[in-house]
Order: sequence, then C-alpha cells, then structure tokens
Amino acid sequence: METSQILETIRMIEEEKLDIRTITMGISLLDCIDGDGKKAREKIYNKITRQAEHLVKTGEAIENEFGIPIIHKRISVTPIALVAGASQDENYASFAQTLDKAAKTTGVNFVGGFSALVQKGYSVGDRRLIQSIPEALATTELVCSSVNVGSTRSGINMDAVKQMGQIVKQTAERTADQQGLGCAKLVIFANAVEDNPFMAGAFHGVGEEDCVINVGVSGPGVVKRALEKVKGQPFDVVAETIKKIAFKITRMGQLVGHEASTRLGVPFGIVDLSLAPTPAVGDSVAHILEEMGLESVGTHGTTAALALLNDAVKKGGVMACSHVGGLSGAFIPVSEDAGMIHAVERGALNLEKLEAMTAVCSVGLDMIAIPGDTPAETISAMIADEAAIGVINNKTTAVRVIPAPGKAVGETVEFGGLLGHAPIMNVNRKSSADFIARGGRIPAPIHSFKN
Amino acid sequence: MKAILTVIGKDNVGIIAGVSSKLAELDVNILDVTQTIMNGYFTMMMILDLSGATDSFGEIKKTLTDKGTELGVQIKIQREEIFTSMHSL
Repeated sequence: METSQILETIRMIEEEKLDIRTITMGISLLDCIDGDGKKAREKIYNKITRQAEHLVKTGEAIENEFGIPIIHKRISVTPIALVAGASQDENYASFAQTLDKAAKTTGVNFVGGFSALVQKGYSVGDRRLIQSIPEALATTELVCSSVNVGSTRSGINMDAVKQMGQIVKQTAERTADQQGLGCAKLVIFANAVEDNPFMAGAFHGVGEEDCVINVGVSGPGVVKRALEKVKGQPFDVVAETIKKIAFKITRMGQLVGHEASTRLGVPFGIVDLSLAPTPAVGDSVAHILEEMGLESVGTHGTTAALALLNDAVKKGGVMACSHVGGLSGAFIPVSEDAGMIHAVERGALNLEKLEAMTAVCSVGLDMIAIPGDTPAETISAMIADEAAIGVINNKTTAVRVIPAPGKAVGETVEFGGLLGHAPIMNVNRKSSADFIARGGRIPAPIHSFKN
Repeated sequence: MKAILTVIGKDNVGIIAGVSSKLAELDVNILDVTQTIMNGYFTMMMILDLSGATDSFGEIKKTLTDKGTELGVQIKIQREEIFTSMHSL
C-alpha cells in the first residue's frame, strides 16, 4: 500500500465529499397481500421491521470501521398498487402511513414504493393508489411515491400522463404549508428501473429477490477535482480521467454493499454508480460540466459535456463492481445542486435546456420548482415530453417538479437538507390543454430504421 | 483484522512515542510504519493488526481519537479494505 494512495482515498472522503449516498434494502411485499386491508398492513409493518431491523445499525458500523460516510439508509418495497390491489380498501393512504410508521421504527431516512406501474393501462389497484397519492404524501414524512407512465415496449399511457399532472398539483396544494414539499417525494417515470436505490423513485420490482441490498454511490466533487488536473486537454483525456475516478468511486460502493449484505445475511443486488449532487459546496454536477470549459451550465455545449460525463461514469464503473444497476450516470436535479441553482439564478439555465440535457443524463427533469399557478395540463405536457424522450431513446426519464403554491418566477422555495432550495423557473405559458385532453395511448416506437 | 492508521498534524516531540505506546496498551500490533514531513505537516501511516486486541473497533477508534486530541494531531483508523479495494483489483 503506497502512502500516496492512502492519502488520495482520505482526501477524496474528507475534502471532495466522496460518500456512499445510500444503502437501500429492497423488500418484497408480495407475501403480505391480503383481502383484508388491515391484515395486509399488519403483515407489511411486520415484514419491513423484521427485515430492516438491523439495517441502520449495520450501516453505521460500516461507516465507523471503514471511515466512509453513508449518508442515508433506505428501504424500497414492492409497488403498493400490487400489494393493496387485493384489498377492498378504496383509499390507500393508510398503506402509506403504515410504510411511514415502519420506516420510523427501523430508523431509515426514506421508504420508497408507494408506486404504480401504468405504462400500458390501469388495474383497480393502480387507479386507487394514484388517487391516494396527494393524501399519502401529505400525511406521511418518509414515504416516496412513483408512477411509471411509459415504456419503450408499450408506449406512453396518456390517460396516466393527464392524471399525473393533476396529482402533482393536488400534492402541492395538500402540502402548501411546506411549499409543496410533497411533490419532492413524487416521481413520474418512463422506463422505470426495478432496482433503483435512489429516492424518490425507488421501488422493489417484482422480478427481484425477496430481500436485497442495493447501494448508491456518489462523488461529483471527486470528479471535479480530477478534471481540474487536466485543464485544457482534449476530451479523450477528460473521458479517461472520469472513467478512472468513476472506477475508484464504484469500488467503494462494491465494498460497502458486499459488507452490508454479508453482515445482514441478505443478497447483494447492485451498485448504482450515480453522481448525485447535494447542495453542499464542492458536491455539484454542474461544476463538473463547467470544469470542462463552459462558463455556466446551461450554455451551448452543456448537453455534449453531460453526455460525455454520463457515459464515462458508466464505463468506469461497470468493471469496478459485480453488478451495475439502478439509474447509473449523472443526476441533474436543480434544487440539490449549488451549480445548477446558481445557473438558474443568473439566467443561464432554463427548462428547455434542462429538457435537452435529460436526453443524455441518467434520469430527467428533477427537483425543479415552477410557478404555483402552472396549469395541471402544462405539467402533464412536461411529463409527456420527458416520457417521449425516454421511450424513443430507450432510457429512463422522469419528472419531479414542484409547482410551489403561491410562488412566482423570481421567488425561491426552501426545502432544506439534501433537497436544498430552488429558484422558481419560468414555464412556457402557451396552453397544452387540448393536447392533454385527448388521452389514450401513444403507441410503442418502432425498433428499426433508427435515425 | 488489519487497519490503516493515519496521523496528520503539526510536528512535535513524542507523537510516535505517544501513538505507539497507546497501541501497545490496546494490544494492537504494528506491521508497518512510514513517516514523513509533507508540506510542513507530520504525516505518519501505520498498518496495524487488530486480531490480538480485546477492545472493539469502535472503542479502539475512540481511544486513538482522544490520544490524537491530546497530542495535537488528527488520528484516523480505517479498515484496510477501503484502501485496497479502491486501488487494486
């Protein structure tokens, strides 16, 4: 072991904020299905608290021994629409409250999976779950919700897209006293993945094992620092540098995931090698893009820079761990990234450019605050645009926007913690209402004649 | 279990003596030591074998952190795997 390598690792953790963003335990609730909703909730509570009893303690022990921060411990569960569907309950908010209670008992930071998969159509459970989302998110603290409205294989469910615009608005109104915070816990996906450890979009897919450990690593600061050393050099060098550093970051995820899985006696699922920014100084994806030579993120060239970054992160990470999964790439949330916030505030980054960036980033329009009076149809149309990018390009896309009640462009919403603060962004004021009113389904794209 | 101890801080008399006598008290064996002055700072790294120690990792860590405060340096102890997994295949 060389001194320089030891010091490099320590510097990455201490100065460049390398961390394990989350250890997420995926728990299947398929065996908790019951015709009686009350009994189902009892089984859900018992199963989660039993499986995740030692999750937080184990995470803390690993953190202590290896000296690497593990920011969050989380739980993801089977989409509740599937679990609650068998019950006669009309309103599923009580299922969310059970998840919240179980999360608090186990001490985790979030529980994800108040979810429905309606890319092609609704089942009874899906319909009830989606209607329950505003109440569920207003009456719980730690529950995250997601709805998948499209996939490359099945097209886009425009009825669901239409409804989700309204649900986002209602969720904002129900949590108006917290500036619409409920919407920060609600993601609308296309091509959602089943093993994502990141919130708010985590759920435990039906193709997964009964219980599994997934790990999400982060470290935008480490990449930024590495690029500082290759200033002015060609992109070949930039890509190589990112790959090497992504490899090292991912190795941490592999180590921690393996260790957690061994100690908990639960199979190790995947490492999600995402660059997930936080509002802290030196933990920004935007600053990596600017380090490549852009005066501000959002200017021309940003999409190309992000494409390179996203791809190089994946390439560097795949060899570093046994199984890569989740969303893997670079997240571009606005409120959670000091560089993004700054770019919006100085008028360099707008919603249209963000949309273009989502064609090459790992997810989509993320943590964007928009005026509180934005019509539901406009939000639906944003969801449709994002879903189209995902469905046509065979990638995961998502929308997590917050129509902040009573706020207009120029104002700011403050969420605190990892969620940060967000300047309200301008939205195109021309109506999409007639487009959204059509409903129905946009057919799945053809997989040949690609251009 | 092997661990890496790093000591960084302002150079002073008795840092090595202080750290190594504390390790001896804890029944921790020192396998390797490197020490240098880097950018004016005292920088020492030790590879330790904790298999003979009776205290838990957490207790050893706390004892050494306290010792570091007493000596005016920062002492860290981390399991070796975090370094080997990052830098070697």
